[in-house]
Amino acid sequence: MTSGVGVPAGTPRNAYAQNAPQDLTAAGGHGAVPTSGVPTQDAPDAAARRDWPLWEVFVRAKRGLSHMHVGSLHAPDAQMALRNARDLYTRRQEGVSIWVVPAQLVTASSPDEKDAFFDPAGDKVYRHPTFYVVPDGVEHL
Amino acid sequence: MSFNFATDAAHLSSASRPIERVASDNSARVVTYALRLGDDALIAAQRMGQWIAAAPQLEEDVALGNLALDLLGQARALLTYAGQREGAGRGEDALAYFRDERDFLNAQIFELPNGDFGRTVARLLVTSAYQVELYTRLEHSADETLAAVAAKAVKEVDYHRDHATQWTLRLGDGTTGSRQRMQAGLEAIWPHVGELFESDDLVRALAGEGLAVDPDDLIEPSMAYVDSILSEATLARPQVSVQHTGGRRGIHTEHMGYLLAEMQYVARSHPGAQW
Repeated sequence: MTSGVGVPAGTPRNAYAQNAPQDLTAAGGHGAVPTSGVPTQDAPDAAARRDWPLWEVFVRAKRGLSHMHVGSLHAPDAQMALRNARDLYTRRQEGVSIWVVPAQLVTASSPDEKDAFFDPAGDKVYRHPTFYVVPDGVEHL
Repeated sequence: MSFNFATDAAHLSSASRPIERVASDNSARVVTYALRLGDDALIAAQRMGQWIAAAPQLEEDVALGNLALDLLGQARALLTYAGQREGAGRGEDALAYFRDERDFLNAQIFELPNGDFGRTVARLLVTSAYQVELYTRLEHSADETLAAVAAKAVKEVDYHRDHATQWTLRLGDGTTGSRQRMQAGLEAIWPHVGELFESDDLVRALAGEGLAVDPDDLIEPSMAYVDSILSEATLARPQVSVQHTGGRRGIHTEHMGYLLAEMQYVARSHPGAQW
């Protein structure tokens, strides 16, 4: 698909378009409308949208709890990311504090390392606090 | 600063509107005042809602939808109160969906089409700057209901102003194209800005009793804020020679009828429908 006509690549072309000359332009190629040498509005939107980086959002539900990852969003910069997060993830009073982190700065473990990373902890039951009596009234343990 | 209102508006006000005829005691004045503020919020909500599924980004879709819902909430509270004080059995729905164009008392700036995103941001910057100053003062109204509505609304419009500010700074001080659109948006709305700060006998009478806020007092703080943001965003405040007016007396632009037709269609097609 040629660029500049605002049709995403892969869009099925209609029957007329399939039978039309290959130099078909946006105006239909019928000659009534000049299609070359016409100043056109540059369309930075599509590129600009793709350029908005991804941010990971963490919300603290209430004082005393940790920030938890709740999702991600696109935003042009950190301040707008914070505001978008407020609008997307705390609409129903889910939080009292928000962190946003550029997704590209997150270093993640690889699925290939899963065995080496996590399996060795599987048989070490003594690492769980199951050998203690938890006093009454202790929460979040 | 001051706004020069068009003198051709004088003949428009000669028609005797029902709402003015009954404005002889305080209750009727409060009804009119609540309708003005409520209609501002309702029409602004309707326009803002038109951005849903059409905003530049999905995130902005939700953000503008949130602002619209804030405004709709304010409208509901104010129209409900207007209906109560009127005492004629009209609820929020009757006032929102079964009044005609000439009975709506919103300022014209709220009914103007959204235009592009730059124009929408320009309008939101000015109207939210006005509403922040308005509700900050109305919070201390001697009318308990108006004070309560204002106390809730002030936090909401404060966020609206912040949202508009963030975008004004980024679009104004952004690319050549974004700056042009932002400036064009300001130019488009500016002839309607003055009406927000227009005072009249009714509002002055209410303000004198500590019930309402005289819009004339809001010009300076509102414009000081807008000017500071425009200057930081490398934008210029438009210079216009004429200010349109009439919305507070039910005189509207040609865009209002279309807006109402869309907003009221379902309610009028299915009166009394519940869901």
